[in-house]
Amino acid sequence: MRSLYRVVKNLLPLNINLSRAGALTAFMAMALPLAGCTGSSDYPVIFPHGPDAITERDLLFIAVAIMLIVVIPVFVLAVWLPLRYRASREAPDYDPNWDHSHRAEVVIWLVPALIVCAIGSLVWIYTHRLDPYRSQMAEGKPVVVQAVSIDWKWLFIYPQQHLATVNELVLPTDRPVSLRLTSTDVMTSFFVPGLTSQIYAMAGMGTRLNFQPGPVETYTGRNSLFDGKGFPDQKFPVRIVTAENFKNWIDTVRKAPLQLTPHKYQMLSKSGAMPHPLHFSSADPELFARIVKGEHSAASMIVSSRSK
Amino acid sequence: MLGKLTLHVLPLYSPIAMSGAAMELLGVLFIAALITWFGKWRYIWNEWLTTVDHKRIGIMYVVLAFVMLFRGFSDAFMMRMQQATALNGHGYLPPEHFNQVFSAHGTIMIIFMAMPFLTGIINFVVPQQIGARDVSFPFLNSVSFWLTAAGAALVLTSLVIGRFTTAGWTAYPPFSELPTSPGSGTDYWIWAVLVSGVGSTLTGVNFVVTIIKRRAPGMSLMQMPLFTWAAFITAILMVFAFPGVTVAAALLGFDRFLGMHFFTADAGGNAMNYINLFWLWGHPEVYIVILPSFGIFSELVATFSSKRLFGYVSLVYATMVIGILSFTVWLHHFFTMGSSADVNSFFGIATMVIAVPTGVKIYDWLLTMYRGRIRLTSHMHWTLGFMVAFVIGGMTGVLLAIPPVDYVMHNTLFLVAHFHNMLIPGSLFGLLAGYQYWFPKAFGFRLDEWWGKTSFWFWFVGFYVAFMPLYVLGFMGMPRRMDYYQNPAWQPWLIVAAIGAVLIAIGILCLAIQLVVSIRRREELADLTGDPWDARTLEWMNASPAPLYNFAVVPEIHDREELAWRKERGISHDAPAHYTPIEMPCNTSTGVLIGGAAFVLGFAVIWNIWWLAILAFAGVIAATIVKGSVPEEEYTITPDQIAALESRGSGPLLGFLSPLEDERGDHSTHGLLNSIGD
Ligand code: HEM
Ligand SMILES: [Cu+2]
Ligand SMILES: [Cu+2]
Repeated sequence: MRSLYRVVKNLLPLNINLSRAGALTAFMAMALPLAGCTGSSDYPVIFPHGPDAITERDLLFIAVAIMLIVVIPVFVLAVWLPLRYRASREAPDYDPNWDHSHRAEVVIWLVPALIVCAIGSLVWIYTHRLDPYRSQMAEGKPVVVQAVSIDWKWLFIYPQQHLATVNELVLPTDRPVSLRLTSTDVMTSFFVPGLTSQIYAMAGMGTRLNFQPGPVETYTGRNSLFDGKGFPDQKFPVRIVTAENFKNWIDTVRKAPLQLTPHKYQMLSKSGAMPHPLHFSSADPELFARIVKGEHSAASMIVSSRSK
Repeated sequence: MLGKLTLHVLPLYSPIAMSGAAMELLGVLFIAALITWFGKWRYIWNEWLTTVDHKRIGIMYVVLAFVMLFRGFSDAFMMRMQQATALNGHGYLPPEHFNQVFSAHGTIMIIFMAMPFLTGIINFVVPQQIGARDVSFPFLNSVSFWLTAAGAALVLTSLVIGRFTTAGWTAYPPFSELPTSPGSGTDYWIWAVLVSGVGSTLTGVNFVVTIIKRRAPGMSLMQMPLFTWAAFITAILMVFAFPGVTVAAALLGFDRFLGMHFFTADAGGNAMNYINLFWLWGHPEVYIVILPSFGIFSELVATFSSKRLFGYVSLVYATMVIGILSFTVWLHHFFTMGSSADVNSFFGIATMVIAVPTGVKIYDWLLTMYRGRIRLTSHMHWTLGFMVAFVIGGMTGVLLAIPPVDYVMHNTLFLVAHFHNMLIPGSLFGLLAGYQYWFPKAFGFRLDEWWGKTSFWFWFVGFYVAFMPLYVLGFMGMPRRMDYYQNPAWQPWLIVAAIGAVLIAIGILCLAIQLVVSIRRREELADLTGDPWDARTLEWMNASPAPLYNFAVVPEIHDREELAWRKERGISHDAPAHYTPIEMPCNTSTGVLIGGAAFVLGFAVIWNIWWLAILAFAGVIAATIVKGSVPEEEYTITPDQIAALESRGSGPLLGFLSPLEDERGDHSTHGLLNSIGD
């Protein structure tokens, strides 16, 4: 009853932090044995560092806790009933025609319905709170990054800095991030477990992902939507760094010999997966818009890249 | 002349694919040789391939399902072995093969294993359960079966000639479009889905009409057994959902064959339209494969608890609600496509609402057991195993229905674990239990219990061992459809999952052994009463196997659990005073011909053999017109014949050769079965 009370109490103020304690214990109990052998960094979804990912994790465990109200009785009853009423016991309370009970029916409709109401309200609130498209309230001018999924790598354009990278995403810890995504042809999904939500990248369209980068940390991001034979290699390091290190990193990239000319971009489309990051000391800030409009339509070039 | 067919279409790219193809060919040759050896071609053709009897069509569907289960599981096993070993390397399967394997596995398991299985059981059971002689459109039924078989044959052919798609069972464009998926693979997928989709739509129409029109006198809708209700809702879903995937696949075909741009990445195509259309079918499809099993569990729980089903009205309404809601949730398959928070929350909540009627069902079954006398047969094992496994899948399903949670779980192995957690206990366990439950009604003897229970335990434990690690891998952020990977932390869990696949393989082996053992021991396992389980519904009132007309005299219905009602009053086996002649439809080869022509049509278009395609298409149209314009042929079974058949009683394989010819003593089918062992 106390835990039920706590759940309800957590629902009312709708502040996820209150529930942190409960959720933490729940998942620690489940996760510790797993983490024991490898280490929590192997479980980015249950040991996240990004603020959004943390809320998403908490939501997951709160929902599990609520649902256990109906799930645990099923386990118990599905074992106990067949033992208690097995034919060989010839239980005297056998009642072959007992097939209806108003009270039981009300309970079995009402309890799941209430649970769905509870989780449903969480859904409404947190789907809005964690909407990838929402603008960030937090202080600071967002860092804008434009991500382009190209067979089997990611191009990251930093329009504010006029530079670009392939397969390396570096973000400062103190500013919100505004990510715009598109794809040269096939549909992919940008996913950095432990940092934030995932979102599709689609040709001819720009999707958005706005988030807080959270503390200094390193992640592995990837495309999670199958897009052909180089799919397993379409991954990249994501580094959340201090403001100072971000500046240093920008300076290093500025010194890179490569420039993202239209020709280079075409080359990229043909080159398949890329195990090491590339830096481009200059990039056209309008490139992304043109890719979305299809002016660099890659569909035709892709054929040659894939038939290699 | 032969379009794009050359020797290069043989699977020379991968030795594994080549041996798979060889095995498939040898299998076909072996069966053909066996039939020839026993001189059974005429029997097979006359009594089975051309049949319009719903029971035999049902049995053929189930046979098809088992063949495809074997193939689909082989694919699954290969994937599990690949992922257990493919750390930092390419494993033993090259990407162009692995990517076909997961696509084929998904397509086969859903469309060519679960669908034929449930359609077969519905076919076999529903007419007997509602006191009908056959379905409303027996010929259409045969066409549906042969279209499904033609689709399955196309998928099987793709292993030998050409390739299968690498775009997954969902065949999402733009990836599945020509620039990124050249070659025959996606075309095979399109034609397999189109051909079998038409078959499923027709099955849906057939059963909606049959259940509305063919119920025995006195059986109101609210007196239909729960399996019939489940079949009814399933059939309605089939009618409304399948056109979605048919249109999606057809438009994709237009893009690929005619250079159109419905879903292409360029020239104004929009892949999101495909994804919506696909899941507009895809989500109801999930309920199409699960609802019949729910119906089966409802029958089993009541029968083996020797008690009336608890909460019948609740169960009926729950089934209806699930059916309706299943059309309102499709967007949960792409919360991450950038819809607004309002839209995502709406579909998230709608999805959870389905959990309510589902939860109600589980509790109704539990309450059915309460104060019952439960016989823990193999059927009850499957049922209980289903309940404890399914609620976990339901729980993870609700989790995935929370959009923010889906944002971190989508496309990971957590999702794969979730849907297998629904499909294996929720669909397959039910179908396997149904197969073991109604087997005596089909063949006159029961299946061996020991092997049935052993199979259950291997499936049950194997399922947990194979799929719980995938939840963990989802927490580790491992995406689905990975041919190889570089993260060493994933490997231990993938090895555990592979062990699970081995356990499931043993479970499947046990099913095969169970069949062989039971055939050998059929006299011991004989069902001599027609009611081996002390069951409660109408189909058990007949002899086992049921005579070809099911009911010599169509019974009058008094109660939801008619047979239990009659047994209580001791009137279950009253012989009627006299028989009247029964008209039954004649067998026809048109169904096989249409199915065959549809296969040729698909194959010819895939390989651009246009003259053959035109010929096959003309054949389908001509056969339909001709069949449609001649009056249906029927034959009459005389009262004397009925009396003779009715006096035959129950027993192994009675009437199995040829329903009316048993007396002639052609016992060579028994001969064939005997040669298996004793
Ligand atoms: C019997 C044991 C089974 C095993 C061991 C198994 C294993 C697998 C594996 C390893 C995958 C690929 C996961 C990935 O993408 O990384 C998969 C995918 C899939 N399975 Fe199964 N499976 C089994 C049964 C079933 C059944 C019974 C069904 C359906 C009724 C089914 C439907 C699917 C579907 C739809 C996919 C997705 C295919 C795709 O990605 O396009 N599976 N399964
Ligand atoms: Cu889009
Ligand atoms: Cu769905």
